[in-house]
Amino acid sequence: MAATLTSRPRLWRLARIGFDRVRQRPVLLYPEGAMFLNDTGKAILELCDGERSVAEISDLLGTRYGADVTSDVIEYLDMLAQRDLVILGAWASASPSEPTSHA
Amino acid sequence: MPNQPTTLLAELTYRCPLHCPYCSNPLQMSRAEAELSTDDWKRVFTQARDLGVLQLGLSGGEPLVRKDLEELVAHARDEGLYTTLVTSALGLTRPRAERLRDAGIDHIQISFQDTDTANADRIAGIKLGRQKYEGAALVKSLDLAFSVNVVLHRGNLDHLGQIIEMAAELGADRLELANTQYYGWAEKNRHMLMPTRAQVERSREIAEAAIRRYKGQMQILYVLPDYYEQYPKPCYGGWGNVYILVTPDGRALPCHGATQITHLEFVDVRSHDLGWIWERSPIFNAFRGDAWMKEPCRSCPRKAQDFGGCRCQAFALTGDATSTDPVCSLSPRHDLIEAALSETTAPLDYIYREVGTGTAAG
Repeated sequence: MAATLTSRPRLWRLARIGFDRVRQRPVLLYPEGAMFLNDTGKAILELCDGERSVAEISDLLGTRYGADVTSDVIEYLDMLAQRDLVILGAWASASPSEPTSHA
Repeated sequence: MPNQPTTLLAELTYRCPLHCPYCSNPLQMSRAEAELSTDDWKRVFTQARDLGVLQLGLSGGEPLVRKDLEELVAHARDEGLYTTLVTSALGLTRPRAERLRDAGIDHIQISFQDTDTANADRIAGIKLGRQKYEGAALVKSLDLAFSVNVVLHRGNLDHLGQIIEMAAELGADRLELANTQYYGWAEKNRHMLMPTRAQVERSREIAEAAIRRYKGQMQILYVLPDYYEQYPKPCYGGWGNVYILVTPDGRALPCHGATQITHLEFVDVRSHDLGWIWERSPIFNAFRGDAWMKEPCRSCPRKAQDFGGCRCQAFALTGDATSTDPVCSLSPRHDLIEAALSETTAPLDYIYREVGTGTAAG
């Protein structure tokens, strides 16, 4: 499943954003792993609350950066969803069993 | 200068109510009196963080037997570590689980032995009853991040399908299915743990189908049995490359099996700073890089990928820690693995893990 404008992404329950004081970088932490984030990546993930759609996230960031970032946001979320770190949740309002049948 | 390490496994104690025959703990385990103190562990966590470690595993033995577990978790969280508790769930009461949550535990991993109750008891060497299921329900009720982990071997591999369903029914966020790695007690019990080729092939299909089926609901990690692979595993990302293990009695190791390598000089975290141990100690430098390698590893294009396999496994099987891991099909001693793979008919008369009996049982 790929991210679309109507996906409502959220971080995987087991992942959290932290700050690595040693490397002075934001980092996504999860079981047996860590992924260093750049400022844009961190900004995208902080907006992934399972409520906002990809379109809304892109609008917010587009305003902040003064450019259309939609395709970057989609590409980034696809990469993280591939690694199970983001749940795209396009069917967030549907029955709970529905998303898995599309996985 | 070496890489910055990413992971610290803190084996808080060798004490454990279970006696699993596949335990990676060494045969000779120190008793409770020899364990590091609360302050020792806190200092080690801080030094690990200063070195760049981000992942902390709290393991054992059974870490819940440490009364200071909550205090250690709180300290780890303050330091910015992502903390996983690796537990049998025996001793996980509601008040304790709540205190762990409040201390900031990131993730709780509960081990299961089998879906068949009698067989689970036989593997654990004690009567488990419903304790693990109750522990899992408790973790779920507190909405904590939750993994199930199951060590796979000949005695439970035929139940893999049911095991996966059980983990999904328990509501696990993640399921770790790890074929036995033969260190410590597991090596001693190898002829009773080694799966058959038919079991391995069938279970691989089941695991791969389940990984697809549960994607987005439950992440499944399937660790292949390295004896059945063509190439060895890149042991913990290479010796002294990303991983540090500290034993209950304070020895810093690059790998679980390192205590078996008899000529290594072990360094105690009470007498040396972890930063010095990581960067300067002879043990952590013993097999860094590739200068120690012999052929066929030295000229092998895969050497940067798997580092010649596991040094501890090479030593345990060949008596020489610089030889190619015999798991590798290119190893001149691959016959040792082939011989082990033919040992799949012994009755499952396990030698149980016990503190203080390792030598006698040997």
